[in-house]
Amino acid sequence: MTAVPILTAHDVNIFYGSKQAVKNVHLEVQRGSVNALIGPSGCGKTTFLRAINRMHDLTPGARVTGKILLDGEDVYGPGVDPVNMRRRVGMVFQKPNPFPTMSVFDNVVSGLKLAGIRDNKRLMEVAERSLRGAALWEEVKDRLKTPATGLSGGQQQRLCIARALAVEPEILLMDEPTSALDPASTAKIEDLMSELKKVTTIIIVTHNMHQAARVSGTTSFFLNGDLVEHGVTDQIFTSPRDERTEAYVTGRFG
Amino acid sequence: MMSTALSTVSRSSAKLSPARRIRNTLMGGLILLATLAVVAPLILIFLYLLREGVGALNLDFFTKTPAPEGETGGGLLNAILGSVTMLAMASVIGVLVGVAGGIFLAEYPRHPLMPTIRMISDVLAGIPAIVMGLVAYGLIVLVFGFSGLAGALALGFLMIPIVVRTTEEVLKLVPLNVREAGLALGLPQWLVIMRIVLPAARGGIITGVMLALARVAGEAAPLLFTAFGNPNVNFDPSKPMSALPLEIYRGATSAYDENQRLAKAGALLLILLIFATSMLARYVTRQRK
Repeated sequence: MTAVPILTAHDVNIFYGSKQAVKNVHLEVQRGSVNALIGPSGCGKTTFLRAINRMHDLTPGARVTGKILLDGEDVYGPGVDPVNMRRRVGMVFQKPNPFPTMSVFDNVVSGLKLAGIRDNKRLMEVAERSLRGAALWEEVKDRLKTPATGLSGGQQQRLCIARALAVEPEILLMDEPTSALDPASTAKIEDLMSELKKVTTIIIVTHNMHQAARVSGTTSFFLNGDLVEHGVTDQIFTSPRDERTEAYVTGRFG
Repeated sequence: MMSTALSTVSRSSAKLSPARRIRNTLMGGLILLATLAVVAPLILIFLYLLREGVGALNLDFFTKTPAPEGETGGGLLNAILGSVTMLAMASVIGVLVGVAGGIFLAEYPRHPLMPTIRMISDVLAGIPAIVMGLVAYGLIVLVFGFSGLAGALALGFLMIPIVVRTTEEVLKLVPLNVREAGLALGLPQWLVIMRIVLPAARGGIITGVMLALARVAGEAAPLLFTAFGNPNVNFDPSKPMSALPLEIYRGATSAYDENQRLAKAGALLLILLIFATSMLARYVTRQRK
């Protein structure tokens, strides 16, 4: 456990106006791990996740204090361009959100193509690698030029994962990525995660404790904006140190 | 939709008391009457113009310029081409400024200038067409004389607030999470707007532009002292130019029957064009879904 963590949160506080949504969070995430953020609705886990790629910059009245270090560099440091920072952090959202006017292919390579990369051979390579990485290649390889909105919900979500992978993010944020999907699609994405951690690091917000137990190596339990407990997933679920964690994982509230 | 709702009502009324059934029928009749009253003016206008104008809507109408006062024959070619030319020029102003304004209002809601721009756009929407003509008169005509360009400018100004409003509305219909997906890929906001949000709203924006065109195509007031009118075909925007509403105005106030007939045929053509534009706008909007 001596490796330099890919992500370090130090004394992170997040406010919406005068309301504090996240309090004093300290957290370290190791390279190549899957880290789950769990907790009841409104506990601040999604708020914390969105702070990592500066999504709160867009929310009026939202304010982040403290330090979030991505590979040693402060995400909120002076002179840091949020656009460049977001390029290093991928994100998959709760609802599949492919770009509505683009084909499957254009969606996958949009991060590169819209940034000015025109080399078709390279784009094709990236598209195939990313779609394989998201376990979608076999299903869409014959209809890369068809509209992305024609795919099923589960396929759309894996397309969004492929789109995020295409820009080779150092870390991949997943905000309840399976909450809008059926069990079969959910299982596919869960299976995918063990493969994804070979190329990136995953932080996943989930409401489903079984999912957290299945996919993650470490788990962080949030409650009312506090990070109550962080540790190896097995330990969090079998022998939590904090009685609030125990109450939550055994289903007594939340 | 309407008919299913009515039939549901009448089916259930079989079980109602006679008094309730009578009241129900009465109300249904009143609503039908009110609906007819809404469509009646349109039907009346259309029938009137059809009766008065369709006879003059012949080949000459589309291929000749007006005959001298008191003589028979002639057409409104000068007005048709003048209207098309000025509407095309007006669209350039209306679309560029209008879409830009709509993007600003929809995508930069926290910009300090936002409330000011919103207010200006709302006031602009309420400015009478003749005042727009007066502005173009002051800006261009007093310096360069009557011209198609001055007329196009006045029409373009009229288009701006309509395009701003529809652009803003359709952009706001594009889900926030699509914008977030673009930003999360590390794309700058302007790229997200231009390449992801705007294409998603394209159908709605085109509809807005067409409705704005249909709205200003029939304006005579802003052209009276800007484009002024021209008995000949003219494509030079620095010279006076004719337009359908101008010819309608002149013909309808003329003492000669022949000119009045041309005016009514021009009005019929204008109504048909506006009708076609509205249908096309609906078609484009439906394609989007």
